Amino acid sequence: MADIRSLQDAVADLVHDGDTIAMEGFTHLIPYAAAHEVIRQGITDLTLVRMTPDVIYDQLIGAGLVRKLVFSWGGNPGVGSLHRFRDAVENGWPRPLELDEHSHAGMANRYVAGASKLPFAVLRGYRGSDIPTRTDTVSTVVCPFTGEELAAVAALNPDVTVIHAQQADRAGNVQLWGLTGVQKEAALAADRVLVTVEEIVEELQPRPGGIVLPTWVIDAVSVVPGGAHPSYAAGYSTRDNAFYQAWDPIARDREAFTQWIDDNVRNTEGALTR
Amino acid sequence: MTATPAGPTGFTSDELMEVNAARALADATTCFVGIGLPSTAANLARTTVNPGLVLIYESGTIGSKPTRLPLSIGDGELADTADAVIPVPEVFNYWLQGGRIDVGFLGAAQVDRYANINTTIVDRGPDRPEGRLPGAGGAPEIASNCGKVLMVLRHSTRNFVRRLDFVTTLGHGSGPGDRKKLGMPGAGPVAVITDLGVLRPDPATAELVLTELHPGVTVEQVRAATGWELTVADTVGTTQPPTPDELAALRALKAAEKPGAAGEPATTRKPAATGDPGAAGKPGKETR
Repeated sequence: MADIRSLQDAVADLVHDGDTIAMEGFTHLIPYAAAHEVIRQGITDLTLVRMTPDVIYDQLIGAGLVRKLVFSWGGNPGVGSLHRFRDAVENGWPRPLELDEHSHAGMANRYVAGASKLPFAVLRGYRGSDIPTRTDTVSTVVCPFTGEELAAVAALNPDVTVIHAQQADRAGNVQLWGLTGVQKEAALAADRVLVTVEEIVEELQPRPGGIVLPTWVIDAVSVVPGGAHPSYAAGYSTRDNAFYQAWDPIARDREAFTQWIDDNVRNTEGALTR
Repeated sequence: MTATPAGPTGFTSDELMEVNAARALADATTCFVGIGLPSTAANLARTTVNPGLVLIYESGTIGSKPTRLPLSIGDGELADTADAVIPVPEVFNYWLQGGRIDVGFLGAAQVDRYANINTTIVDRGPDRPEGRLPGAGGAPEIASNCGKVLMVLRHSTRNFVRRLDFVTTLGHGSGPGDRKKLGMPGAGPVAVITDLGVLRPDPATAELVLTELHPGVTVEQVRAATGWELTVADTVGTTQPPTPDELAALRALKAAEKPGAAGEPATTRKPAATGDPGAAGKPGKETR
């Protein structure tokens, strides 16, 4: 059953040094506030998992907390590169970053296998691509029925998955809607689950395409209005595209980045949390 | 982003590329849309040559009808205006791998003569580390499983290379028959639309051949911007210049690109976020 508790306490309890952690959200509902709490608490040596690393992982990588990244597309969508990610990969700053790189189809299926508690998933993928030469989590398997050779991708089972959602009820059942990405799979694949929500409501009203995660698959719910900013929560906020554009010059420069993290994350109280 | 300024003809080389990329979608029913130039082209097609075109974005939207160009593949407007919003594993397994999508529209950092794509790393010489690009995203399976593939990118020797530093996404491999050997269901790349003209794979060799020039562009210009010895078709056509309607539609889409210009939900709540440099940042142009 999910406890409804402060973000600070939930992160301290559920996220540990050396963990494999997935903070998912396909552009929508990205759990920025929780990632900032991880930075504030200095939780380190993390293996980060995410299809689209986005600015949230640029910040964690630049803050020096990340040992390894498992991903399929690392850019600032529509803007350009993730400069902290590139600096870590190309120059080892502030520390070397190990990569386990996939395609989107492969990553999505790795989460599906993880949620299904299977060792791997199959797909028609990676054909003719050099990607399998750089990872040990893609292989092939022969279909026992047709003889077709298919790609096999290893299951992803994070120690902890963190997502942001629109609403929870008082019992800790959570509902998210709009673009729901791979959040359900990432949550069900993980040992521990933390959900930040825009608000607590008396009763969850069914939404078209909405996903309900029952309280008994979640460890903690924290109420963090605006916790997805500069990403967004459909029905509550819109994507702050101007922030994504403004991030580019900040992230290009090591000093500007460090100053930004100090001013806006490390030396704040986490004012959004309660 | 550099773009040739609008000359005496009244349109830019980028606009020529975008309009021609949109026209290439005239007969498509469904299109899997990459972000950047492909998204511009697909949205322009919806407002010009193919109003019924079904746009599918990998974030999980089917039938998006945005009124402004999305900055990311997950802008809220794509979901708000969609016929259906589905989880990401479904996008790739049921819809793409399931063979439901006619056309995949991709960009690229590097492309070779067989329309193979690199979006992963670039070799910057022995003394420098590999340059890091965003990676594969959906492209390997889009190129494999869509009925056919269109590509759009600017033409330069940086992008059109003799040898890819990394094959992220297979186009035609090393020649005819490679796709079949690998069991790839779709036809693969059928056209590469650039700011100089259009290249198409030769049916016999699968090698990209210059088949059309944009108005005012010469074969020599295209050769100079291509990193391999480019084969030129026996008869090279010239693309039609953009019509006033096409140009107006393209410019309207771009003018509406600015966030907040249209289609925002009424319940916008601006989070009192931790230091928001976005407030001071000016929204810029889409760069990729």
